[in-house]
Amino acid sequence: MAEVTLTGVTKSFGTNVALEDVSMTVPDGSFVVLLGPTGAGKTTTLRMVSGLDKPDRGQVSIGGRDMAGLSPAQRDVAMVFQQYSLYPHLTVRQNLEFPLRSPILKTPQSEIDRKVGEIAEVLQISHKLENKATALSGGEMQRVSIGRALVRNPAVYLMDEPLSSLDAKLRADLRIELKSIQADRGATLLYVTHDQIEAMTMATHVGVLDKGRLVQFGTPRQIYEDPVSIYAASRLGQPRINVLPADVFAGAPAKAKSIGLRPEQIVQGEGEDSTVARVEHLGDQTRLHLSFKSHEIVTVTEAHTTLKSGDIVKIRPNNPFYFDAIGGRLA
Amino acid sequence: MSFSVTEPSNGTKWFAGILVIGYALITIAPLLWIIATGFKSGPDSIAYPPKVVFEPTLEGYVNLFTDRTRATQDMLDAAGEPQTWYDQIARDQGTVITGPSRYGERFMNSVIIGFGSTALCMLLGTAAAYAFSRFRVPLKDDLLFFILSTRMMPPIAVAIPIFLMFRQLGLSDTHLGMILLYTAVNLSLSVWLLKGFIDEIPVEYEEAALIDGYTRFQAFYKVVLPQAATGIASTAIFCLIFAWNEYAFAVLLTSGTAQTAPPFIPTIIGTSGKDWPAVAAGATIFLVPVMVFTILLRKHLLRGITFGAVRK
Repeated sequence: MAEVTLTGVTKSFGTNVALEDVSMTVPDGSFVVLLGPTGAGKTTTLRMVSGLDKPDRGQVSIGGRDMAGLSPAQRDVAMVFQQYSLYPHLTVRQNLEFPLRSPILKTPQSEIDRKVGEIAEVLQISHKLENKATALSGGEMQRVSIGRALVRNPAVYLMDEPLSSLDAKLRADLRIELKSIQADRGATLLYVTHDQIEAMTMATHVGVLDKGRLVQFGTPRQIYEDPVSIYAASRLGQPRINVLPADVFAGAPAKAKSIGLRPEQIVQGEGEDSTVARVEHLGDQTRLHLSFKSHEIVTVTEAHTTLKSGDIVKIRPNNPFYFDAIGGRLA
Repeated sequence: MSFSVTEPSNGTKWFAGILVIGYALITIAPLLWIIATGFKSGPDSIAYPPKVVFEPTLEGYVNLFTDRTRATQDMLDAAGEPQTWYDQIARDQGTVITGPSRYGERFMNSVIIGFGSTALCMLLGTAAAYAFSRFRVPLKDDLLFFILSTRMMPPIAVAIPIFLMFRQLGLSDTHLGMILLYTAVNLSLSVWLLKGFIDEIPVEYEEAALIDGYTRFQAFYKVVLPQAATGIASTAIFCLIFAWNEYAFAVLLTSGTAQTAPPFIPTIIGTSGKDWPAVAAGATIFLVPVMVFTILLRKHLLRGITFGAVRK
């Protein structure tokens, strides 16, 4: 396992800038989740580290070694692709054995059998080992594809939305499983997703990407409690942070253009009147859609609230975030 | 639009079956006629109305593989009793065998040149098609067009320049010369066909193999080749059929050592009258290798192996 460092990595495809001056350090043994919408540069970042694509400028190093000019095989990375990429002419077992049989690893057969058996067990695919890779369901293919990475013990694991096509229960199981494998092995893991639950539950660090730029890097708590911009603040939190013009509440700093309110930053029962537009009972929590001075605010209230639409609720901001005209956070 | 999957009715199945069988009969009839003619006697082969039921004989095959001369009584006396069954067949026609014909040799030439050029063509074609499919080749489109354009001239138009070049290079009437020539002609076809097949194989498989610790060449060999098997097999069949049946170059550029079977078979007619059974026998044997090759590769032709393991 090793530390991964990106320094000023820039990559363009034609006129489209996929990554711009991205610098970040993935500490040894950390679980780093890259968050961002489609096109933010998450997958490109993985491909830079894997060596499948080369940066136009900047440097990638793994374990302190500059990776420039090294092939993916020489970098000792394992990767889970978003599109599974199972070898269709091989069985599930042969797919899982494939990296272990590589000329670099040349694992003895007994070792191969042990590792494949172990991983198949964890991923609940033991009964499918002799099937052709093409004869699996989407979820099974995705698990095999995760397994093909996990049979190895590389310097760093790269995973591109590995849980995206699994059903909710399996996804929850595998989140826990992946996290515990990573923790047990002390593995370094760089993980791409746009599922914030995956980010919050598994990550030791989160990198927020926006149009090819790394806008914030820190622990999930840091990003949640101390976002650098509206964009970063919107990545985490359910329901999403409410962003309103700064002057709807008194007391905004002079340069503030917008105010950001997470549910816990809204005190109910004090302050100014708002009207309940809709009540959503989600079981463990209840969401309130409030109408406040013609703006919509979504917040959370106690599960067994008696509020109903048309009621009046008083609200007051508590330690809100203030943002400037371009969406940057004001101290 | 979606298709409803319903079991066809019995009437439809019968109709389809009859259609397929009828078409198969029409297609296979000339082939059966050639095979049958090979086992007919000379008079039966040109009988009118044509004979469907006849007494089979190996005369055609004996005549195909032997050189004979019309026997005088002296010769028959000198030769004594016929030693073998084929000797007997020759005697029955009033001839004696003077030696083996050149058909076996010509047939072997066809095998060497046909399979040799197909193998070379697959080797070069797969490598070129892979490069065109995966790498950023400068002037890619122009090069591909240029490769295709080598196919645009009819053989007869280029035969004379090729003949002159071959003479200078000492390749006239050699196996190597014919293998190179057929490879050159077929390469455009194989590059274009194979590029299409390789384009269909998602590049993610190779990327996965690169990550899994393999070199580019190993990824090509272990991941791309098995999946291109269908394309390689069908392209190989096309190349073999062309090289096997090729007549114009063969008749113009070979005469002795490297002559293939197609220009040789018509000469059978000339050597001892209109010997149609011998010609049919030669044609029948000539059909066998391509048929066997196609049947061996049939499995690959029918298998769509890249189906469904990459999510698009």
